[in-house]
Amino acid sequence: MIALRVTRLAKAFGGLRVTRDVNVEVAAGERRLIIGPNGAGKTTLFNLIAGEIKPDAGTISLFEHDITGMPTRRRAHLGLARTYQIITLFPRDTLLHNVTLALLGLSPLRWNPVLPLMRQGSLRESAEQALARVGLAHLARRPLAETSYGERRRVEIAMALAQSPKVLLLDEPFAGLSIEERREVQKLLSNIPRDVTIVMIEHDMDVALEFAERITLLHFGEVVVEGTRSEVVNNKRTREVYLGE
Amino acid sequence: MTIARIVAALIALTLLATVPLWIANGFYVNIVSQILIYAILALGLNILVGYGGLVSLGHAGLLGVAAYTTAWLLSRGAGQLESAAAALVVVVAVSATYAVLSLRATGIGFLMITLSLGQILWGTAYRWISLTNGDNGITVTSRPQPLGIPIASANGFYYFTLIVFLAAIASMALFVRSPLGTSLRGARDQARRMTALGFNVWLIRFFAFLFSGFWSGVAGLLYCYYQQFVSPQMMALPASAEALLMVISGGTGTLLGPVVGSLLVVIIKNVASAYIERWNLVLGAIFVAIIVFMPEGLVPGSVRLGRWLWVQIAGTPRPATAAKEPAP
Repeated sequence: MIALRVTRLAKAFGGLRVTRDVNVEVAAGERRLIIGPNGAGKTTLFNLIAGEIKPDAGTISLFEHDITGMPTRRRAHLGLARTYQIITLFPRDTLLHNVTLALLGLSPLRWNPVLPLMRQGSLRESAEQALARVGLAHLARRPLAETSYGERRRVEIAMALAQSPKVLLLDEPFAGLSIEERREVQKLLSNIPRDVTIVMIEHDMDVALEFAERITLLHFGEVVVEGTRSEVVNNKRTREVYLGE
Repeated sequence: MTIARIVAALIALTLLATVPLWIANGFYVNIVSQILIYAILALGLNILVGYGGLVSLGHAGLLGVAAYTTAWLLSRGAGQLESAAAALVVVVAVSATYAVLSLRATGIGFLMITLSLGQILWGTAYRWISLTNGDNGITVTSRPQPLGIPIASANGFYYFTLIVFLAAIASMALFVRSPLGTSLRGARDQARRMTALGFNVWLIRFFAFLFSGFWSGVAGLLYCYYQQFVSPQMMALPASAEALLMVISGGTGTLLGPVVGSLLVVIIKNVASAYIERWNLVLGAIFVAIIVFMPEGLVPGSVRLGRWLWVQIAGTPRPATAAKEPAP
């Protein structure tokens, strides 16, 4: 079963073609790594898959359901969750509130204009569980602004996981983390069950290679190499455009 | 809610309920009624400005639509209840139109569209003489008698306005703590993230606009009953700007801020203008002082000042309140 299928996807910003005829197929439960030098179009590909920008051509399907023209919010309801390279959370609110918002996004309760949000026991419990899953239960009531960068990264992942996604897009989840924090996030990702398909952009090859089953190398918006870890790492083009040998 | 907040609310409620007892002069009781009417307008506007991050410069238009609708219907012999109900339906419909047109943009674009819509409504009231009587306005001969209780006197009208004001503030308090109100704040802070989480940001803002417009319309109804006269002046650009200044000077994104802002503006307009010819200068100077010394507004600024004083006196900071639940 193909969880995510991207077919002949293209996007240009003015004269700059950032995505060129990209074809990617990710099987259900797979751990896929997207690599490439800066400016290769990795985050743009994520933005296209998430629906935050519209493609000029090509199609995107989620579990064989065409989502190319679908608004971003509806993709979330279909089970597509993502994290961001640049953390975009709600700094004035507590960690618990941040995760509660993620849960609220998929709940019919979100339209309720009367009941106090923080008295919704089920949402609150689920949010606490999501924070416990990433090891942040003890900080649940702390404002996000008073947490470390690594903790915020984990909140991002907790928010995505709280939505019980089918496909999870992780945009550089290890960026800016200390060695200890990397280990924690690595452990966290490895514990995500197989019913969640993960596509990850990452520059840290040590942690990324350990995680990935298949790798896609992008260069100037094109898929240059794709295959298993050893196939991609041993490929001459990979060494030329990415590993710098 | 902390005990201190409950005590403060009870004191405020007692003070408001006894206003006619300690202000014997009907003129000043009317001024307090006026403060409450503008506070309802400012609270409505604050839903968009403070909680939605959408700065509107056309809300006086919504105030005017409700006031004109009820005045026009009353002048044609309709009953008080029918006129009021129709006015609220019309103002919600106009708010929906405002929202559909203005929510195409955010930031300065949203502000300019609401400003333009407000000007269109003002121009309509001013120039469509056969409908609105133009600059001469429409006179309303009587006030309603809710549940058979007359509100023609200053005290009677004050209590009527106070009940509506309390209903407004209670509904706002519920709204901003509700999932929809929380989503609105989320859309203000991180619209892109909210969309990725599955929220329909446009629709959240649309509902917020309707809620805001409804309360602006209620303020318009009260204004019509209070003045017993409506004219294009009430929906002109300075009126919208004044409402915005009430919200900003008191403190956006707080429930108390717009009330304090209304108090400030109405008192300066009505009281200071009796003693100082160039009272606009005083109002301007006060706003400049607020922006310089308390850019977040009087209410949040006073809280900050209070914390600073506490540290100076007690030597230790008060326990952080932010670590509790998200502030509305």
